Amino acid sequence: MPPTVALTVTRYRPERESAPTMQTYEVPFRKDWVVLDALNYIKDRLDGTLSFRWSCRMGVCGSCGMMVNGSPKLTCAAFLSDSLPGPIRVEPLNYFPVVRDLVVEITDFMRKLKKVKPWIIREDERPLAEGEYRQTPDELDRYKQFSMCINCMLCYSACPIYGLEPSFIGPAAIALAQRYNMDSRDEGGRERLEILSEHDGIWQCTFVGECTKVCPKNVDPAGAIQQLKLTGAIHWLKTLLPWGRG
Amino acid sequence: MDLSACDVLVVGGGGAGLRAAIAVAETHPKLRIAVISKVYPMRSHTVSAEGGAAAVIKAGDTLDQHAYDTISGGDWLCDQDAVEAFVREAPEEMLRLEHWGCPWSRETDGHVAVRPFGGMTAQRTWFAADKTGFHMLHTLFQTTLKYDDAIQRYDESFVTRLLVDEGRCQGVVAIELATGKVQAITAKAVILCTGGCGKVFPFTTNANIKNGDGMALAYRAGAPLKDMEFVQYHPTGLPFTGILITEAARAEGGWLLNKDGYRYLQDYDLGKPEPTPVLRTMELGPRDRLSQCFVKEQEKGRTLEGPYGHYVHLDIRHLGEEVIDRKLPFVRELCHKYVGIDPVREMIPVRPVVHYMMGGIHTDIHGATPLPGLYAAGEAACVSINGANRLGSNSLTECLVFGARAGKAAAAFATSQEEPSPSLLAQATDEQRRLEEKFLRKLGGTERIATLRAEMHETMEESAGIYRAGAILEKAAEKLQSLQERSGNLSLDDHSYTFNTELTAALELSYMLDVAEAIVQSALKRRESRGSHQRTDYPDRDDKEFLRHSVAYRAADGPPRIEHLPATITRWPPAQRVYGR
Amino acid sequence: MSAESHYTPYHPRWYRRRVSVWWWLQNRAYAGFVLRELTSVFVALFAGVSLWQLRALAEGPEAYARFLARLGTPLFVILNTVAFLFILFHSITWFNLAPTAMVVRLRGKRLPDWVVVGMNYSAWLVLSGVVAFILLRG
Repeated sequence: MPPTVALTVTRYRPERESAPTMQTYEVPFRKDWVVLDALNYIKDRLDGTLSFRWSCRMGVCGSCGMMVNGSPKLTCAAFLSDSLPGPIRVEPLNYFPVVRDLVVEITDFMRKLKKVKPWIIREDERPLAEGEYRQTPDELDRYKQFSMCINCMLCYSACPIYGLEPSFIGPAAIALAQRYNMDSRDEGGRERLEILSEHDGIWQCTFVGECTKVCPKNVDPAGAIQQLKLTGAIHWLKTLLPWGRG
Repeated sequence: MDLSACDVLVVGGGGAGLRAAIAVAETHPKLRIAVISKVYPMRSHTVSAEGGAAAVIKAGDTLDQHAYDTISGGDWLCDQDAVEAFVREAPEEMLRLEHWGCPWSRETDGHVAVRPFGGMTAQRTWFAADKTGFHMLHTLFQTTLKYDDAIQRYDESFVTRLLVDEGRCQGVVAIELATGKVQAITAKAVILCTGGCGKVFPFTTNANIKNGDGMALAYRAGAPLKDMEFVQYHPTGLPFTGILITEAARAEGGWLLNKDGYRYLQDYDLGKPEPTPVLRTMELGPRDRLSQCFVKEQEKGRTLEGPYGHYVHLDIRHLGEEVIDRKLPFVRELCHKYVGIDPVREMIPVRPVVHYMMGGIHTDIHGATPLPGLYAAGEAACVSINGANRLGSNSLTECLVFGARAGKAAAAFATSQEEPSPSLLAQATDEQRRLEEKFLRKLGGTERIATLRAEMHETMEESAGIYRAGAILEKAAEKLQSLQERSGNLSLDDHSYTFNTELTAALELSYMLDVAEAIVQSALKRRESRGSHQRTDYPDRDDKEFLRHSVAYRAADGPPRIEHLPATITRWPPAQRVYGR
Repeated sequence: MSAESHYTPYHPRWYRRRVSVWWWLQNRAYAGFVLRELTSVFVALFAGVSLWQLRALAEGPEAYARFLARLGTPLFVILNTVAFLFILFHSITWFNLAPTAMVVRLRGKRLPDWVVVGMNYSAWLVLSGVVAFILLRG
């Protein structure tokens, strides 16, 4: 094991430069260090001007997504030893505008999350005094996987459609919609399907499948999208039948 | 200078903050609500909570039992009127969250499932696999998205100061991180839900963002901090990273073993070891006692030693793969990722790590601080329902109950207030100038943030750990004082306005130093041992002298002034705290 | 919460990276995806050849003999081999992706992926067997 490893990191200081550059730092190599530890070492000891997001360092808050050697990863879960040999390339998440160094702009993503109406939609709310909505473990299972999304946006960085057509709603937002669609307590499936069948919705997806590959929480957004395509297609076919409308 | 106005401003977008915002939106739909947070709401630290949230729901369980467990768990320092309100409102809050879509784990008939938890006499901890905080936070966040136009969000805006005028809190000054623009947001009521301050210590389950921001802001504005000496050490954190291994692992039946493979808790008046978990016994004892047992085992030389210090083993192998995958999947994932072991086949190395702050901004049972217009809820506040030690799974429920209470109280207050005065603009401009002079335009300086932070960590670890002593606390107080002075002469590399995280680190360091000082001084003045505050020089509980809260007021210079407030006792007179029998 | 958080949107200094026209050469997964999409060309080609075959059939035995001769020329043999390989690639990739789109539940539990994939391959084999039997028998 080498005593140090090189990290080549994107730098972008909009007040001084009009395009990003790369800067290389030498950090100690420890077998239980992740890329985030190396970045913190740089910030604490070598160069206080390096900006990046992080918080929980245990893979649940979704803040620290970056490109490590060309693949979107959570830097709190990407071990240095897995990214050898150096220099390890650390860049901001693909397909998002860069604000500064390794920090990207995510308001587009936030807007899309909201667009799919990710809340329980019901005709009538049951009063609290009647207790909880009953939901069997099997019913919970139907949407559980889709509820595990930590909003880390690695899937957006892996999706070439999002890169080429930034208006695409995107994997995580659609998976979140499906999470509610499949929740037995929700009645908003039709409403969401309308939104998702619009031009920038599910039909823009060409099933590259990379989103599911890079997802650190096994949400399987590609699955959610294809399942919705099937639901959408069947629903549309039904509307062709004279009794299928409404 | 950007100036905006709202009626109720919530600082912090975690469990308590989002619940408060929804409470205002639902009860006072005409009010303008704003939520300001230095991170996007789904990054708030509520997200890492694992084990569960307690509320009485099953037959055979009573509110009185929950109250008693909480009060005895808190070593009788809890305010019992607050605890009574808490246990009474908890079940409704949890059901409300269920109606909002929270994916609680279920029994086969579809009812919400509960699990046993440390210090509880009945099973009342609701859970969502072992990612309860994650699911609760995302449910709350997604529900707030429904309140279009009612709630204005200021994401990644770092609050640097409270605006106080005419004796009441009237807003905040904040930096919009992406652009470096300083904003003044005036409000008729402000609710601080900024969480705890675990990062004051070196080994903690807490995220990088837990720096006691709100506590320091309130402290500087004249609101006192209560019971700061009570720092909870969670008995099972991973060595090196400090990552939390949930109490649920013990609730499902995990054992704590020393280096001889012996369930050592039986030596410390926590009951007799049984093959399956028994409530309030052994591994289901309260967190402070379990952490203290670790230290005692270490002194006896019966803990294992590794590259990152001493540890013991948490054994869940006997639970079997099926149970672990169903009830503790995240634990398995974390162990595999960060320790390289499979808990189905190997034992997990664990040690106590700082986890929660029982102390915080002093509030009454409605979330109001002594400063009119300023409210607080969640871990940032101290109501106090947790007293000298918090029981696991009470904190997530606390966020909901007191988030809602503070929201409603703040909204009611806001409806009675006039628009904030224009003189606040002068304060805001002052603050902008301070930020420019002390940080952004400052050249030279000799102290590095990382160095001061490391020294603070070392001081706190040594003095405010599981066991404390007067002499060490005195030294620590002096050291912290010198660190405060040195922090006035920081050498900063980053003078940019765009997403300057060195600036935020410097501001966070200053918050942490204030909070650390309050912790050490409060610990120094409490000459007894109670709950999580254990003094080797005063090893007994002293109800005559110290059945009262420590209330710390910031002094213009020098150590804070520590005053006292008696703990509110209603129906449960102080008694012996007994577990295991 | 309002759709736009109070924020300075579209700041001119945010750097937007252009996506290169050669984006699909960046990694194996992307290249595989583009190849998979290209198979549609060969599916269309096969369809075209089949239509041509039908027309030749309709025009009588000499036309059909001419058609068969054409198909025997090196150009068409190579083209058909390449097309066949692409069609195989097309079928295999889509069968393997089937479980993602098709969630089959039996008694509340989701069928494992290999079962769904297996069902597709089995159906393919059976159908191929039937077609082969019909063709080779006569």
